[in-house]
Amino acid sequence: MLINYPFIAVFFIASVIFPFIPLIMGYLVAPKRPTEGKKSTYECGLEAIGDIWVQFRVQYYLYAIAFVVFDVEVVFLYPWAVSFGQIGVFALIAMSIFLLILVASLIYDWRKGALEWI
Amino acid sequence: MDDIVVQVLIMLVQVVVLVLAISTGFAYLTLFERRLLARMQNRVGPNRAGPGGFLQPAADAVKLFFKEDVIPTLVDRGVYLLAPALAVIPALLIWAVIPFGCLNIAGDYQACFADPATNPNLHNIFQLADIDIGVLYLLAITSIGVYGITLAGWASNSKYAMLGGIRASAQLISYELALSSAVLAAVMMAGTLSTHEVIYQQMTMWFVIPQLLGFVLFLISGTAELVRAPFDLVEAEQELTSGYNAEYGSMKFALFFMSEYIKMIAISAIAVTLYLGGWNAPGLELLGSLMTGMAGPLVGSIAVGLASFLVFLVKVVLILFLFVWMRASWPRVRYDKLMYMGWKWLLPLALLNVAMTAVFVVVLPDALIHSVALFVASLVVMAVAYVVSSRVKPAPSRSRIKMVQPEVPRRPSS
Amino acid sequence: MELLIQIIFVLISTLILGAAVMVVRTRNVIHSALWLIASFFGIGALYLLLEAEFLAIAQVLIYVGAISVLILFAIMLTHNVTSGEGHKFYQRWWLALLVSLMLFAVILVPTLVGQDWTITARPSEESAIAGAVEMGTAFMREYLLPFEIAAVLLLVALTGAIVIAYEERAQRRRILTLAQELALRKQQQQNHAEE
Repeated sequence: MLINYPFIAVFFIASVIFPFIPLIMGYLVAPKRPTEGKKSTYECGLEAIGDIWVQFRVQYYLYAIAFVVFDVEVVFLYPWAVSFGQIGVFALIAMSIFLLILVASLIYDWRKGALEWI
Repeated sequence: MDDIVVQVLIMLVQVVVLVLAISTGFAYLTLFERRLLARMQNRVGPNRAGPGGFLQPAADAVKLFFKEDVIPTLVDRGVYLLAPALAVIPALLIWAVIPFGCLNIAGDYQACFADPATNPNLHNIFQLADIDIGVLYLLAITSIGVYGITLAGWASNSKYAMLGGIRASAQLISYELALSSAVLAAVMMAGTLSTHEVIYQQMTMWFVIPQLLGFVLFLISGTAELVRAPFDLVEAEQELTSGYNAEYGSMKFALFFMSEYIKMIAISAIAVTLYLGGWNAPGLELLGSLMTGMAGPLVGSIAVGLASFLVFLVKVVLILFLFVWMRASWPRVRYDKLMYMGWKWLLPLALLNVAMTAVFVVVLPDALIHSVALFVASLVVMAVAYVVSSRVKPAPSRSRIKMVQPEVPRRPSS
Repeated sequence: MELLIQIIFVLISTLILGAAVMVVRTRNVIHSALWLIASFFGIGALYLLLEAEFLAIAQVLIYVGAISVLILFAIMLTHNVTSGEGHKFYQRWWLALLVSLMLFAVILVPTLVGQDWTITARPSEESAIAGAVEMGTAFMREYLLPFEIAAVLLLVALTGAIVIAYEERAQRRRILTLAQELALRKQQQQNHAEE
């Protein structure tokens, strides 16, 4: 049903424009009396100290890697999910091998402690 | 040629009406939530602006428009201004494929209830676009929702905002996996990715029965995906002073607020579409045939359209009520427990649900039998999960730090 | 209609190329990542224009929704790299130029020259694997082996990431892996028993 994509394209353009309408309207009507204090970064009422750039923990990266891996897996599973009814038992076996390999990686993650949040 | 002009006009009207309807829905959802929360906390809630507080959203909007538009000095201006828009755009885009009713303007009402594969004669103006991969589209758009929050956190150049933003992105990606795996099982039941066809497949039985486990997983991970209570770590007021939007004010803040609530309606609508039979309800076909008999096919079609929209609305409001109820009832979870739950409970359970569904559907080809079997299996799995989770000792990850203690000299044995 | 599609094609490819140029032009790494996301998104739109809807959605889901998050996290794992300071040209810029010229000559030129650019009839509907159902069936039949190998590849990727991350973690702070922790716990219990 590719005929429907123009609708999505038009809706995409509309939704891209939409958030800028209130932003621009707000910019036009809102009062602007900036002072140094107002424009400073909030930090519990004190002067902001130091850089925000702290080195984040490697844990975040591990989660992101695991996420990419499982996301790819899920994307692979979707075409299978809509066609496995037509193929039957063979599809079941092929997919269980695929899933088992991935579950193995999840278990490895788990045992290795990569899913722990310290 | 005229035909194309008419089509384009219908399309433009649809798009504009949809965008306006969503923003109205957002406005009244805030009122709905505030009134309901107030009731649950034994308060009255906003009731002064208009009858029963009916004009409160308009008053809020006017107030936000006239708030001073402060852009802090240290922010990354471009990204800082882009981030609220990036949050709202995906929230709106989700709505492109959601069928919120069935009003066939190309013919009679029966096209709504007929097999879509053999009946191309359906022009449903209550659904913007029925694409072949609608469900995947929903997931793809949900997955780009993470950027608004992450970039707001980074661009604000504030420590709280940065922490809130980075926490949010880790939370969102973790629960997105559980979400898409839960949806996968529903897709397996339906055998299609088109949202209209998913509803057609639920004409005999709503998927909430065979996919009870999937539905529960969807609701939990959906709440986390919305960063709402009890998973609203991102905006933990006490620790992060509202997190990623700490440096945002006036209309820019309103847009973040808006994206959260639009997404909340959207997630409810997805839940209704995938699990609760969408716009369909028993008796709609009867209504259609009655109205067609009385006043012709066009009236019958319109009657079915409006009634189905009403049914959809009622179902969505029920799920929204559930979201507000959860917010009123449960305290915020701790961050490590949140990640723990997403990866060690929801994802394995969702994969188990997929495996379970595959086996039952292939082994028991009869739809009724495998649905009942899956329902029972879902109940069993949930019961086992409940028992196991209540026996697991709390916070196992904390113990690791305590393990590395300085060695205490042993007491001299007397 | 053809003209409209061509206009859209030109717009999308301008977006892709422009964004790609901006990726290497901007000094700020986060901005680069943002332009990269825009470029990925444009490629998804291009797939859609080729009527490969599943591929288009997969592109958005994986590249825009997952890989880019990974890239952002990877940037945030590093030290401060967004300050915008830096050399305009690195010392070995000529090496980079050489490598890219060679890549261009080896990969792009043969494709550009060798491709028959005259458009023949559209491929028949049956031979195209564009929809999700056809793709799923093909995964189970012709492409079963690549499909399973993909799973192994994913497993290797995850394992590798953990191995690398844990090596770094062990150096950065004294946090034990689960196996080490179990060993430590056992030892402590033994100590306790001896007492």
